[in-house]
Amino acid sequence: MERVPILKIGDILLVSIQVDMSDQTAVALQEDLAERIVETGCHGVIIDITALDIVDSFVGRMLSTIASISRVLDAETVVVGMRPAVAITLVELGLSLNGIRTALNVERGMELIAIERADEPYDERDDGPIPEPTASP
Amino acid sequence: MTSGVDLGRPQAQAVGSDEDVVRVRQLVRTVAVAVKLSLVDQTKVVTAASELARNTLVYGGGGTVEVAVVDNGRRTGLRIVFVDSGPGIADVDLALTDGYTTGGGLGLGLSGARRLVDEFDIQTTPGQGTRVTITKWSR
Repeated sequence: MERVPILKIGDILLVSIQVDMSDQTAVALQEDLAERIVETGCHGVIIDITALDIVDSFVGRMLSTIASISRVLDAETVVVGMRPAVAITLVELGLSLNGIRTALNVERGMELIAIERADEPYDERDDGPIPEPTASP
Repeated sequence: MTSGVDLGRPQAQAVGSDEDVVRVRQLVRTVAVAVKLSLVDQTKVVTAASELARNTLVYGGGGTVEVAVVDNGRRTGLRIVFVDSGPGIADVDLALTDGYTTGGGLGLGLSGARRLVDEFDIQTTPGQGTRVTITKWSR
């Protein structure tokens, strides 16, 4: 079985899928990625699917699952590089890619993660006390 | 054709493992390119074939996929037949409903595949197996 390599770039894990994935490869990627997130403490995952000529329901579900797992492990996932024909097919297939953030390319994906992290209200930056939650009516 | 696939006769691919599903996708892609489907239509038919080949493997316990070039006088296209001798489908209408699954998936395989192709036919006999035929025509 082929394995998809996971690269660490700064605070981000980059997964560039270059093979026509079997279902087993997809499941292995899920597990490898979860381990790498914990091991590295990275707060962002970018999955580049530029080379994928199809995304079927299995791979679509894998992407959603990876996004959910990452979130639980305090990392944001952004899927980048989806081909137009793949997007059209996904929608017609009925896949909504729940909970997945997308960007057009790796660069924009990195920007998106940077913005997300900057917006986090309770991060570990030493810039004063944690704000009081505003009372809701 | 540089791929070595003889389009004059149907191409068969056994489906007995995960890797075979990948091979089905590659075979369907080759034929879809050869019959000059648009890029979007290639993507749709390869995606449909991936869903159905996985069904053949997971629900049918394996089987075969046959890909043939078809011509109706006006247009060419490709026809793909998925055959298994598994348990069959008790309620086809239910199985074709979005979101219905017995396998823990998303329940989009069969219903989604039907939306991605021009013609879709399913014949199933409980206890004997299932045969799904799809056709995609070039525009």
